[in-house]
Amino acid sequence: MAVKISFKLNGEDVSINVDDHVTLMDMLREEFDLFGAKEGCGYGECGSCTVLVDDKAVNSCLMLAVAVNGRSVLTIEGLAGPRGELDPLQKSFVEKGAVQCGFCTPGMIMSAKALLLEKPCPTEEEIRKGMAGNLCRCTGYAKIVEAIKAASERGCSCGKDS
Amino acid sequence: MRRFTYYEPESLKEAIALLEKNGETARLLAGGTDLIVEIKQEKKSPDHLVSLRRIPGLQEMDFSDGELCIGAMVTHRMIEKAELIRDKYSLLADAVDNLGSVQVRNVATIGGNICNAAPSADTAAPLVALGARLVVEGPAGERQIPIDEFFKGPGKTDLGAGEILRCIRIPALPQGAGSCYIKHARRKAMDLPLLGIAVIIVPDANMVCREARIALSLAGPKPFRAEQAEAFVTGKPLSEEVWKQAGEIAVGESNPRSSFRTTAAYRRKMIGTLIPRAAAVSLQRVNRAWMKG
Repeated sequence: MAVKISFKLNGEDVSINVDDHVTLMDMLREEFDLFGAKEGCGYGECGSCTVLVDDKAVNSCLMLAVAVNGRSVLTIEGLAGPRGELDPLQKSFVEKGAVQCGFCTPGMIMSAKALLLEKPCPTEEEIRKGMAGNLCRCTGYAKIVEAIKAASERGCSCGKDS
Repeated sequence: MRRFTYYEPESLKEAIALLEKNGETARLLAGGTDLIVEIKQEKKSPDHLVSLRRIPGLQEMDFSDGELCIGAMVTHRMIEKAELIRDKYSLLADAVDNLGSVQVRNVATIGGNICNAAPSADTAAPLVALGARLVVEGPAGERQIPIDEFFKGPGKTDLGAGEILRCIRIPALPQGAGSCYIKHARRKAMDLPLLGIAVIIVPDANMVCREARIALSLAGPKPFRAEQAEAFVTGKPLSEEVWKQAGEIAVGESNPRSSFRTTAAYRRKMIGTLIPRAAAVSLQRVNRAWMKG
């Protein structure tokens, strides 16, 4: 059965008819052509589908699309500014070479975003704990942690606009 | 994923009616981090999913008259962030700290953790040690179930048809109590425990044990209190040696099984090792609380 839901997607109010059993991830990819959130495991282990719902990181592969009715969803596509300027986290991922194959990167950055929204200056331990639900099979994590540290040191991820 | 009909009732009454109407074909949906996986894996195949997310009051935590009441839809993340729980019920904070990932803790609920009754549920042993009571509402009204009567075995609880967990009531701990939960797992994050060890110690001014509670999960078919070990420690000085012996007594009270995660023999050995360790951390916490005044 299709249900009509309305929610905020990357800052814009949207409405759509969606089937009860569709996950948030499938809706983002198939209905909104937002391909940043990716299905790695499909079971909430790998974090490559991470998006923010009401500013909190969630696995979009485990959340039903109908459950975001009335809420606010932020995906990697919504991070850059209106003229396409990158979010400080995106910039430092590029600068530090924290990307190899790139499959995990959108999820990594969204988890890091949630972490910095909540805690603008995390310790390395807090970064590692905050990122424990995101797996990367290429980098070995060191550069990812470095990139998040660099973004937080710029003190630029505290607000949503930079 | 399999098709189902999704409901968002706005009261417990409405939710109970939906469960009654649809019987076995309906399942309650809390955070969904277990249930959605099980539906994807075709281990469960409900036709009706009844979400609890719009029911008022279920996401609240309330501390009054020394009793803590945690709503069934309170997430692990909310518990992790609650200062009061970290201070007064350290073992519960320990239990949620390393459960899943931030993403999972943001949506997974304590009610879901308990009602799934997975032997590996991290909050089970702490809640058993705390003597929690579960407030349940159903077609016949409200009833309270002591947590040790709630678990009936792996995946089985005392919940009857149409019954819904509303909140978990946790009585106050005696003054000066220290507590700890050790999740024994292979990895620090994103892992299920091989064993769960919950200890609460209440010493008197001379560091003699006034009260001790030891609750274990994955040490038998359901979480339980190691009562003989508790009785052994009570009235004795809180020394390492006493706790070592208590650990051995608890091993005797346990009946762990071999599973694909690890063997019964290893679990037994670790029960004896980890109980003294959990006691040592609990005691450190007593001392720290005293120094804080």
